[in-house]
Amino acid sequence: MLVQFYNVSKIYPNGVKALDDISLKIDRGEFLFLMGPSGAGKSTLIKMLFREEKPTRGQIFIASRSVVRMKRSEIPSLRRSMGIVFQDFKLLESKTVSENVAFAMEVVGARNHEIKNRVPEVINMVGLKGKEDAFPGQLSGGEQQRVGIARAIANQPLILIADEPTGNLDIDTSNEIMDLLYSINRKGTTIIMATHAREIVKAAHKRVIMLEKGRIITDDSSGDYAL
Amino acid sequence: MRMRNIIYFIKEAMKSLRRNTLLTFATISTASICILILGIAVLITMNASQFMNKLESDVEIIAYMEKDTSGTQIASIKDSIKNIAGVKEVKFVSCEEALENLQESLGKDKYDLKETLEKNPLPDSYQIKTVNPHDVPEIAKRIELLANVKAVTYGKGIVERLFEVTKWVRLVSIFLIGLLAFGAIFLIATTIRLAIYARRKEIYLMKLIGATDGFIRWPFFIEGIILGSFGAAISIVVLALGYQSLIVRMDSLFFLPLITGQDALLVLYISLLITGMFLGVLGTLISINRFLDV
Ligand SMILES: Nc1ncnc2c1ncn2[C@@H]1O[C@H](COP(=O)(O)OP(=O)(O)OP(=O)(O)O)[C@@H](O)[C@H]1O
Ligand SMILES: [Mg+2]
Repeated sequence: MLVQFYNVSKIYPNGVKALDDISLKIDRGEFLFLMGPSGAGKSTLIKMLFREEKPTRGQIFIASRSVVRMKRSEIPSLRRSMGIVFQDFKLLESKTVSENVAFAMEVVGARNHEIKNRVPEVINMVGLKGKEDAFPGQLSGGEQQRVGIARAIANQPLILIADEPTGNLDIDTSNEIMDLLYSINRKGTTIIMATHAREIVKAAHKRVIMLEKGRIITDDSSGDYAL
Repeated sequence: MRMRNIIYFIKEAMKSLRRNTLLTFATISTASICILILGIAVLITMNASQFMNKLESDVEIIAYMEKDTSGTQIASIKDSIKNIAGVKEVKFVSCEEALENLQESLGKDKYDLKETLEKNPLPDSYQIKTVNPHDVPEIAKRIELLANVKAVTYGKGIVERLFEVTKWVRLVSIFLIGLLAFGAIFLIATTIRLAIYARRKEIYLMKLIGATDGFIRWPFFIEGIILGSFGAAISIVVLALGYQSLIVRMDSLFFLPLITGQDALLVLYISLLITGMFLGVLGTLISINRFLDV
């Protein structure tokens, strides 16, 4: 098992109970959708994975390591095993496409020749060949998200985590991004994705976890969830 | 730390400095003004302290002999005085010399003292300097107890007050320098905090990608060091030029003896440079940790 949640609850300092007794397991190579209404706790659950937030109760294991008991100094290595894709892309505006991707490798201390080889490779993979020297401001939303994905997979993560990656994109562009994610998943990367887009989830036939008020209400591995 | 990383950190620091030109300029100006004021304060203190040292070392004890003391007795008194711990120098002033000194201080033309006074009324005396001027009152008391010493003077009262004044001048200037250094750290910390704040998204992203705290901190430390030492360098140039021209101009005004020893000044300038770097590092240290808590 790659990811294990045992009775995880999260109460924010302001008293909001965002997650309530969540237990779940995710296997290597899975593609998992997290769904549920606004405020259900999807983003909170995702933040637990890379320890941006710590659970109030319960245990989380990723690749058999306890994320909860992890020391501060161990967090970087946890995060290096993951790639994160954001709804608002979070690209550095002052860096080109290539530089944004290279940045992710530089900050984890990759060697120069590795960076030189890998950056064109992932840019190619996400279909941005020819846009290497463009700045984020010169790209469409879909293209920017491709840069975000390229950056997330540059370090060959075990898990790709995406919080509403298509939230700011139209349907056609969303489908293109999804095709990209499916192809990454086919190459073996586990993907966990929070989304509101029912059409995408319906068409995908992947595992879906429905959250509501911080609890799992359905966990359907066929993907034929009732809308 | 690997060489490759050091180069990366320096490059990142330089990039950030170039990217935020206005902030860079503001921080360097702040640093240089702070360090300039600090340098001026230290120079004033150094000069004041030299002046006070001179005043203090001018303090001496004069021990007057009884009128009918024989030559051998006078010589043995000298030995007894020399044996007192803390005495540096004992100089004999004969009654004739004393009279001549008095004559000189009155002016030669008006009176001829030797003629006016048939007999020299002045006693033989010793002028005594101490190793530490602060021991003067204590040592004076002990000399007074020696046989054949008629009286001892050392500007009682005035000396004590002088020491009181110099003590306070030193305390106040140390306090002021401390205050200025504190202000400089605060200002540099604030400007570096702004630089970090401008890049908080980048730092957040770096944290989420898995950069270590050290990796994120280093460019900012280098940035702080560059800002601090650059500011210090500017202030040192200004200070050196200003002080040099002051020395030239003050040459005619001999009453204020300025420190001109190049060694002392060099030490001061190097200390200011190190202070600049130190302020830069400290400013960064104060500012950055808050942004690393992701
Ligand atoms: N940092 C925080 N401090 C306090 N409360 C928070 C914080 N983050 C989220 N919450 C609260 O926790 C609950 C769950 O929020 P969360 O962001 O996980 O929901 P979500 O399912 O991602 O919603 P959405 O679909 O709108 O993104 C909400 O009630 C939210 O207000
Ligand atoms: Mg959310």
